[in-house]
Amino acid sequence: MEISRRYFLKSGGIALASFASAPSFLVRTALAQTNHGRGADRPILIAIFQRGAADGISMVVPFGDRHYSSLRPQIAITEPSRGGNDRAIDLDGYFGLHPSLDSLKPIYDEGHLAIVHAVGSPDNTRSHFDAQDYMEAGAPGNKSVSDGWLNRYLQAKPDTNATPFRAVALSATLPRSLAGPASAVAMQRVGDFGIRGGRATPEVEQLFADLYKDTFDAVKLLRSATAQQYVPSPTAQYPNSPFAQSMMQIAQLVKSDIGLEVAFADIGGWDTHANQGSSRGQLANRLKDLGDSLSALYRDLGDQMRNIVLVTMTEFGRAVRQNGSGGTDHGHASCLFVAGGPVKGGKVYGQWPGLAPEQLYEGRDLALTTDFRDVFSEIVITHLGARDVSRVFPNFKQAAPLKMVKAS
Amino acid sequence: MQDVTHLLNRTAFGARPGDLERVQKIGAEKYLEEQLHPPRVDDQSTDALLVKFPTLRMSAGELLEKYQRPAQLRQGRQETQTPQFRMRRLAETPQLILQELQAQKIVRAVHSQRQLQEVMTDFWFNHFNVFWNKNADRWLTTPYEMDVIRPHALGKFKELLEATAKSPAMLFYLDNHLSSSIKGINENYGRELMELHTLGVDGGYTQKDVQEVARAFTGWSIDRPQRSGGFMFRGRIHDDGEKIVLGHKIHKGGIRDGEEVLEILAKHPSTARFISTKMVRRFVSDDPPVKLVKHVSDVYLKTGGDIREMLHAVFTSNEFNSPEVSGAKTKTPFEFVASAIRAADGTTDGSRQIAQAIGRMGQPLYQCQPPAGYADRGDQWMSNGAVLERLNFAVALASNKIAGTTVASDESPKALVTRLGSPEFQKR
Repeated sequence: MEISRRYFLKSGGIALASFASAPSFLVRTALAQTNHGRGADRPILIAIFQRGAADGISMVVPFGDRHYSSLRPQIAITEPSRGGNDRAIDLDGYFGLHPSLDSLKPIYDEGHLAIVHAVGSPDNTRSHFDAQDYMEAGAPGNKSVSDGWLNRYLQAKPDTNATPFRAVALSATLPRSLAGPASAVAMQRVGDFGIRGGRATPEVEQLFADLYKDTFDAVKLLRSATAQQYVPSPTAQYPNSPFAQSMMQIAQLVKSDIGLEVAFADIGGWDTHANQGSSRGQLANRLKDLGDSLSALYRDLGDQMRNIVLVTMTEFGRAVRQNGSGGTDHGHASCLFVAGGPVKGGKVYGQWPGLAPEQLYEGRDLALTTDFRDVFSEIVITHLGARDVSRVFPNFKQAAPLKMVKAS
Repeated sequence: MQDVTHLLNRTAFGARPGDLERVQKIGAEKYLEEQLHPPRVDDQSTDALLVKFPTLRMSAGELLEKYQRPAQLRQGRQETQTPQFRMRRLAETPQLILQELQAQKIVRAVHSQRQLQEVMTDFWFNHFNVFWNKNADRWLTTPYEMDVIRPHALGKFKELLEATAKSPAMLFYLDNHLSSSIKGINENYGRELMELHTLGVDGGYTQKDVQEVARAFTGWSIDRPQRSGGFMFRGRIHDDGEKIVLGHKIHKGGIRDGEEVLEILAKHPSTARFISTKMVRRFVSDDPPVKLVKHVSDVYLKTGGDIREMLHAVFTSNEFNSPEVSGAKTKTPFEFVASAIRAADGTTDGSRQIAQAIGRMGQPLYQCQPPAGYADRGDQWMSNGAVLERLNFAVALASNKIAGTTVASDESPKALVTRLGSPEFQKR
């Protein structure tokens, strides 16, 4: 009879306590054995929130749309056929990646990075706060939904064998997406997740063991699974940034085989109202951090990406015309990335609504042709194996799937 | 008003040993009256602790002169680049301005006798949030808190609003200094002014209103923004055409356009409701009782947005004094840290170690990037990572392992850790 590690942890408090005092390599060996087979092929979702409303038509440039460059005299990205290193990187003859996202191009070429364009939330709010809240609640326009969409997925597909690390956010506090009755861990760094009391540590843990039981169960498990200093794969070049740090922590959690199923991280700085720049500048710097960090994560996880789908999101896009200060004001639709082994990439999905004046949303923004919930639904059903998403996305009727994710 | 512990938990950063008895002796009403009128409370001992933070008393111009950006440091002339000179100059980067700004906030919260003034300064800074790390705001944020937020913390909302609207820190943070009738408007300030500062997101404005308000504020700018100058109205880039804001015609022209918008917004019932809701959420409950919000909102409208009167209405209400709200609101990391040092009868110089601990708990001070500020609902602050950081702080504090901070409690370190780390102490 094979006993899974997760069952073991849930049911064997005493056994776990004895684990905690055993040499860590023994613990890891024991965990690896009990977990053989199943844990290794568990599907994982990594969700990334670009907070501040990222400019979709700078991330993935619709250079083939003849209106694009004239709407943005100072901040348009040069089309691939002109200019030097500063030009967009051609994807399919119509769309191009921002040059700062160059490290994602190989993943696109390998067929593991898909892009959905003109995607977003159908609600017309241009409030960061509300739009993030709607997206994370998975319920645009509905302020009465109190838990997040990822938490509702965890609820809808209960796992009695789950470890405390089934869902992890790489932040000090739990993001709205993971808020709710299902348990989830929030932490900034793997190495900081514990008591740093020196010799007093066991005594402090004892003091609070009952008061914060879930927390200390998680601390013990993490300590045993990540006992050694993490060394990323030599092919992974993580930039020196908080977001890259988050990506590296996720890679470490995946590799430590600690029962991770859903990971969440965010990256800010997308609210480019002024001087956003074009192929260089403020936005380019943010994109460099984003692209290089995601690419490092991808390289670091290597073959394990076969079980992983990564999805990015942002609360809305930005107005298609540049404003008076070389930036862009709040808009409507944007774009998002879906990457990983199960992704049918190398393609820009979604219908392009066009940038002609009469095609713009409320005369100023990129119109929406794909509801973000359609993308997330496909991932939740096809990749994570949920039966349906009616509970995850209330009052939502799915459109025909984009068929961008293969069943795992 | 009977529960003095509750009163101190909400109007102050918790009680120090002995506070309870002192307030009971003079009476809760008299204590409250004093707190609502800070100049009546002697606070020279706190002033003395702040002497060691010279940046608090510098203008933005002086700050920029003394604490230059790293790039400018590198551009110094060859002969000034001796190792000693460079060491000295590197010690004078803007990061030191932030350290002193964070330190004074912690020192004041822990030591000031004018506790309500500190609570409200924290409240309004968060309401009118600016992000320290955004370029020029590294030099502009200190004067913003000292001269814009602090003096108006218990005054009239309209005056506070106007002071923020004309502050270089806000004009820079929300890009209004770049909004121009010639080059084109920038909607950032116009939108957040209505959504976050006054009406609230459901307060009844449209995208068209956002654009019209942005037009009204064209020309509200900064005198040499990269040189940290003061407020300047630039008539040349102001849009003098007629605007319609929330149904009102705005046509006075010049700087009066923006001022008229501020008057309309300050008088609007949605503003009264939004500000009252936020205040009641801070002082009473994450889910503000509707009746109390209505009452405080009426006080706002009747008194022309008198913050002191609104607070008085909150503190004397049945809802504030009902047993079920006391001890029910989760402390922010900053509130937790300040109240822990106070509860342990501690002293602090606000060292970096404390600011960093607050940051790891999820609230890096003055470094909240989004304009909405930090969460005003208490329940959003707790996660297992945050709990661990709070416990770590309690351990370091109780064992006197924080440089510049000393606890004088007669409890054993173990008893103190147990108390400060308990779930009850995470609430107020």
